[in-house]
Amino acid sequence: MPEPVEHFARDPEWTWYILFYFFFAGLSGGSYFLASLLRINGNRLDEPAARLGYYVAFLALLPCPVLLTLDLGQPLRFWHMLVNTTPGHEGLAFKYWSPMSVGAWALVVFGAIATVSVIEAWLSGRRDPDRASLLRDGVPGKVWTVVGGLFGLFVASYTGVLLAVSNQPVWSDTWLLGGLFLASALSGSVALLGWLASSRRDARASAPVFVRAERFYPALEVALLVVFVVTLIPAGALGQAFGFPWILLWLVALVGLVPGLTGRFAAQPAVAGRGEVAVGSAVATVATLVVLLGVLALRAAVIFSAQ
Amino acid sequence: MVEITPGKAYGFFTDTSVCIGCKACEVACKAWNELPGDEPSFGDGYDNTGQLDAQNWRHVQFIDNVPDATSVAGQGKAWLMMSDVCKHCTHASCLEVCPTGAIIRTEFDSVFIQPDVCNGCRDCIAACPYGVIEMNAETKVAQKCTLCYDRLQGGLEPACAKACPTQSIQFGPVIELRERAQQRVDVLHAQGVTEARLYGADDDVYGGLNAFFLLMDEPEKYNLPSAKDAVLPSRNNAGGYLATLFTAALGVIGGLIALRRRRERPADEPVAGVEE
Repeated sequence: MPEPVEHFARDPEWTWYILFYFFFAGLSGGSYFLASLLRINGNRLDEPAARLGYYVAFLALLPCPVLLTLDLGQPLRFWHMLVNTTPGHEGLAFKYWSPMSVGAWALVVFGAIATVSVIEAWLSGRRDPDRASLLRDGVPGKVWTVVGGLFGLFVASYTGVLLAVSNQPVWSDTWLLGGLFLASALSGSVALLGWLASSRRDARASAPVFVRAERFYPALEVALLVVFVVTLIPAGALGQAFGFPWILLWLVALVGLVPGLTGRFAAQPAVAGRGEVAVGSAVATVATLVVLLGVLALRAAVIFSAQ
Repeated sequence: MVEITPGKAYGFFTDTSVCIGCKACEVACKAWNELPGDEPSFGDGYDNTGQLDAQNWRHVQFIDNVPDATSVAGQGKAWLMMSDVCKHCTHASCLEVCPTGAIIRTEFDSVFIQPDVCNGCRDCIAACPYGVIEMNAETKVAQKCTLCYDRLQGGLEPACAKACPTQSIQFGPVIELRERAQQRVDVLHAQGVTEARLYGADDDVYGGLNAFFLLMDEPEKYNLPSAKDAVLPSRNNAGGYLATLFTAALGVIGGLIALRRRRERPADEPVAGVEE
């Protein structure tokens, strides 16, 4: 557990752009990971849901570089994250000990992987499903899927480590933010993909998988939240992290865990008439929005309470 | 006149026991570095600059320590005045996290932000434990004291040290300054001023500060972290990534269990919005 530290650091003023970047990066990485898991361990019927995951990962990734660039003081120098322009030290800029540097590179690599994957998913969805795909089948396909899934996990989580590797109160008082952000990203991604899969005829076969995973990931997030609180106690940072008005954001984050923990899909009737289906869809839609709002609120609470 | 040779470590020894709060250092710094300054704010004390920031690379702290019983001798502690500045740490938190390589260690062992390389990500601001760095509102890059890098390159001592009328700010080779500082502490202790202490002169604080201080009270009184609290951001790298790895492993296991159970029970529970 980190030793309590008295902080005199100034706020970096990371606000809305960063909040929404954390949100979309979490959904993108989480969705890519779940899609890869379906491809690696699912069966042929899971392929449409896996493709859906790659679509979501790509779409959620699109705003990420825009948000990060807009947040910079000098947006036109975004490429300085990757290239060192210091006279005499020209070359690639990479520091394995700086999560922002590692994250910038991971985002570039993951962006390429997600783009190739979404093209492959689109092409394979338009042709004979039994036709082999280099990025899906055989050893190369398995390696591609596993590597992409790992990058997805990293992009969904490194943002928490980035906050912790600072001298800011709350953020640097715990080592758990990376894990917490990852669990939250998986909770949000599984809810979103589960909702989308249940509304698409070709992906419905995978919906039960999402239902079960949707119970597990929020439970993991609750457990990590408890540990997060415990790690903040010796630092005396609980008041700052959970004081008013941030407690309201934490409450929204907790409410966002309820649909998953209570099994919102399983609560629906086994044999439903047309009207019941419509009601069930509306409930599922609202529940998904509540989950996503919770994912956003958790990140907002962490980001804003420390600054 | 100090002879300035590239390859040697230079810095400041700021002796707060002789600071009179005249702010000549602030003015000289602004004049040389062409910093227009913020709008002054007048509160209860004499401090109208408030803090170190993008416009104030030197800031004279006025800490009101006047005892209620006026008959007690101040012993240099009634008003704690300290001309604060970037510490040019040997192990600098800002330099550690900077992703662009904009923050460098110069040939004078000072820590310098290259304004043409910085892209304004502000990671250094979150990292600096002294709250030294701030974004310049006009240039939109992070800024702080440069130890008058341009003056050093021209063989001139920094403007603040040159202007200080009481020699509270002394500039020179760090090794010499440390010896001088220890002699000063010894003199003060011999005079009975036992609360005098050095901050950052040894490697307890960030491997040693090239701009170190003689303080008349606890470091926290001057908004300086104690040696125990002087920690680098990278201390959380291993723990942060390990916790993430642990969570990722649980995430994989959870996903695999969800898939396996479906294989065991193909006729699964219904799904909202799905007509069975």
